[in-house]
Amino acid sequence: MSTDTPAPDAPDPAALQSQVEELREEVADLQDAVDDDDAGKMTIIATKGTLDMAYPPLILATTAAAFGWDVVVFHTFWGLDVLHEEKAEDLKLSAVGNPSMPMPNAMAALPGMDAMATWMMERRIDDNGVATVEELLDVAAESGVTLQACQMTMDLMDYEAGDLFDDVEAGVGAATALEHMADSDVQLLV
Amino acid sequence: MTTEEVTETLDVKGLNCPMPVVKTKQAFDDIGDGEVLAVHATDPGSESDIAGWAEGTDGAELVDQDETDEGGETVYKHYVRKSA
Repeated sequence: MSTDTPAPDAPDPAALQSQVEELREEVADLQDAVDDDDAGKMTIIATKGTLDMAYPPLILATTAAAFGWDVVVFHTFWGLDVLHEEKAEDLKLSAVGNPSMPMPNAMAALPGMDAMATWMMERRIDDNGVATVEELLDVAAESGVTLQACQMTMDLMDYEAGDLFDDVEAGVGAATALEHMADSDVQLLV
Repeated sequence: MTTEEVTETLDVKGLNCPMPVVKTKQAFDDIGDGEVLAVHATDPGSESDIAGWAEGTDGAELVDQDETDEGGETVYKHYVRKSA
C-alpha cells in the first residue's frame, strides 16, 4: 500500500485537529466550572417583616459574603418591608403568639404591647452591640449580596421600586429565584 | 504570637455576630501577603466564628487564638495570616 494514499476510512487530520480543539475547550470550561464551585452559593427566601425575623437572613447573608460566597436574598411578602426605606426603620416585634414573652396572649393583645415589646428588643439590641437592620443592609450591599424584591408581592402590597433602597434589584420573579437556588449549595426559606 | 509579627490590628470589641467576622474579612482584604491581622473581640462566639471563617477562606490561616482579661472583660484575640 502506498504511504501517500490514506486508507478510505482513515480519519482526516484536519477533522481530528478540530475535534481535539473542541475537547480542549470543553475541558477548559469544565475546569472553570470546578474553580467557580470553590466559592459557595446561597439563596435565601426572606418572607418575614418583623424585627426579630429580619435578622436571620441578613446575618447569614453578610457572613456568607465574608466567606466570599455568591449570595442572593429574595424578599417576598412581608420580607419586602425590610427593603422598604420607610418601613425598614419601623419594624415591629409582635407580643402576641410568642411563647417567650413574659405575659399571656390575652394581655399581649392589648393596645401598645407590640410597641413595648419592640422598644424592649431595640434596647437589648443596642445594649448587646448587635448591628441594626439598617447597618446589616448596608454591609450586605457593600459586600456584594444581591437583595431582590419579588415583583408579584410588590404589586400585591402596592410598593413601587422607588419605595425600596437603592441597592435593591426590583422586578424579579420566582423563576429568577429558582435559577439561583438550583445552583446554590445552601437554600433557605425564612 | 508575638506582637512584632502583627501588621494590622482590628478592634471589634463590643460588636456582636456577625460583625466581628464581617469586619475581619474587610480588614483581611486590605493586608498584604504574609502579613498578620490581629482581631480583638469581646464576643465569645468570635472564637469559633473567626476560626470557621479562616477555615473556609482561601489564603486565610489562623495562626493563633488567645484571650486576655482587660479590666474584668475577656478580650478574645485572633491572629490570621494571609498566604500568597
